[in-house]
Amino acid sequence: MPNRRTFLQVAAAAATAVPAGVRLAAAAQEAKSAPAPKPATSSAATAGLPPGVSRADFNRVLAAWRQAVGGEWVFTSAQDVALYRDAYSPYWGEPEERVASAAVAPQTLEQVQAVVRVANQYKVPLYTISTGRNLAYGGSAPALSGSVVLDLKRMNQVLEVNERNAYALVEPGVSYLDLYDYITKARLDVWIDPPDPGWGSVIGNALDGGGGWTASPFRDHFGSHCGMEVVLASGEVVRTGMGALPNAKSWQHNRWGFGPWVDGLFRQGNMGIVTKMGFYLMPRPEAMQSATVQVARTEDAVPLIDTFNLLENQHVVNGSTQLGGFGGNWSLQLPIYGPEKVVQAQMEYCRDKFAKIPNSRFTVGEMIRTPLDEATLARVRKVNFGVPDLSTFQMLSRTPGAADPNASIGHIGFSPIIPRTGEALLEYAQFYRDNLPAVSEGGKLRFQGPVYMTNWDRTLVAMIMFPIGHDKALNAKMRAAFEKWVHLAAERGWGEYRTPVIFQDLVAKTYSYNNNAITRLRETIKDAVDPHGILSPGRYGVWPKHLRKA
Amino acid sequence: MMRKITLIASALVLCGPVVTALAAEPELGERVYQRWCVHCHSAGRGNPGTQSLQVKYGNKEPAVLLERTDLTPEFVALSLRQGVMSMPPFRKTEITDEELAAVSKWVASGGGKR
Repeated sequence: MPNRRTFLQVAAAAATAVPAGVRLAAAAQEAKSAPAPKPATSSAATAGLPPGVSRADFNRVLAAWRQAVGGEWVFTSAQDVALYRDAYSPYWGEPEERVASAAVAPQTLEQVQAVVRVANQYKVPLYTISTGRNLAYGGSAPALSGSVVLDLKRMNQVLEVNERNAYALVEPGVSYLDLYDYITKARLDVWIDPPDPGWGSVIGNALDGGGGWTASPFRDHFGSHCGMEVVLASGEVVRTGMGALPNAKSWQHNRWGFGPWVDGLFRQGNMGIVTKMGFYLMPRPEAMQSATVQVARTEDAVPLIDTFNLLENQHVVNGSTQLGGFGGNWSLQLPIYGPEKVVQAQMEYCRDKFAKIPNSRFTVGEMIRTPLDEATLARVRKVNFGVPDLSTFQMLSRTPGAADPNASIGHIGFSPIIPRTGEALLEYAQFYRDNLPAVSEGGKLRFQGPVYMTNWDRTLVAMIMFPIGHDKALNAKMRAAFEKWVHLAAERGWGEYRTPVIFQDLVAKTYSYNNNAITRLRETIKDAVDPHGILSPGRYGVWPKHLRKA
Repeated sequence: MMRKITLIASALVLCGPVVTALAAEPELGERVYQRWCVHCHSAGRGNPGTQSLQVKYGNKEPAVLLERTDLTPEFVALSLRQGVMSMPPFRKTEITDEELAAVSKWVASGGGKR
């Protein structure tokens, strides 16, 4: 992209950068004995200019924004802007790291409109975040360096939770922890579907295509949304579905409304800024019971998955599973949510179906009744019971006995979608084994995975995770390995459902059917609804006209 | 959202037994801790911050943050604004400067004990 500014260019424009190490040393002197946190490896706390915008114009923009949202919510100092770096950036401290020039944090719809109108007038690129916790996929850093981060965290209202019709309407700054807290305090008998990290935005996770861990269809977060409010690049507000009807009575009841459905434009998109979004919630199920099915032979993966698919497509099994047994003894879990008597009957039906696979083992687990008491909740995986937490970060904690327990800070995930068949599973497992020696430099690079998950009906996510730290040479190798997996998988017809910001162009290019027809269609729409290209340019590989390669 | 929760909490209180003694609202530092820190730094399983500090310090320092006696407010504030290992920094839209000062003081005092 010819006009994309690099980290160094933005850093060079910084006016008031204070090296992180200086701040660190000052504070560390005052600590009694605790070792100080490691300083950032670069002075990437930057407050430069957005690409193509003069200092005089940017000053006018900042003044207008301060007027609109209040001076304390426009961030331009190096220290404040550095808080928007991607903490798990695979380019940490390198010229290619994506960094912001400033940040602005409106609290209301009207303030968002005011910010956008000014940005559109002066052609200032904005990069929207809801809570900015999309860690491992880019965090809060923009796709285009120099963009101003539009931080919606202060829009944190739970606008409605309707128990009778089981839905919620929320703003972007509401996290899963917030929504759970609201529902618990209001004593409402509905469950949310949390993803792994509970501090993420309910809206943001859905818009990035995230998934969770309770029952289908709720764990498909975009798929279970119902109605949006969106601010366009002009500042105009659109409501989708039934919400387009003034005084709509069923905005969160029926997602389709009348006429062409446009909500998909805002999933992994940059056509507008979502300021409200509705979600279907699950009425608290009476119970959950799971079983483990294990088969004896590698090739039994085929009937194992066929049987699982049948049960899921019949809505007998509604929980998600993770496939285990990479040595050939494949196994999976069968979580069923529902009324206890119904779950018991469904489990018996499952047992009969799997009994047709010779030498398979079927082990029924505990019937867990809800609401869970504290003791039960303490021994289960909380997200499977609609309770958000942050325990997933244990995978990134220092590891006992590791040669360098401080080596890894974050990770990035390679997440291709493969068909939900035993044949595809075996092909992918073999594909991974065949290519691992070359991609991992003979085993020197340690990846985690593949992990096979069923977050979405009818498909498997075959995830491979790559550790990321502040070692530039190692990060470079991990990036190279990541790119190799993308290309190798695409050659087999497997594409990613989601990817870190720095790889979004790469992955978008693999969706190249008919001379990149889908990309060209998206670009046509982008140019029409955002002619100055100010909304999250580059997000998921969609660039406005003036930033596209010739 | 906080306004709504307060309203709902008030409504529940009004409907509850009259004799129920109301606990005073926790101070700001504790509220910030409960919102942002408790999910990783509590005791018991499922706490990545505690798990990580256990590996880092072994038996030299307690792994549970509120049991530490060596922390200063300045150090806590720096850790929150700069991040440590996999814990990313917290932005001012998440923890304001006022909240940062309060939670740093509260954590460094072992949860208001010192």
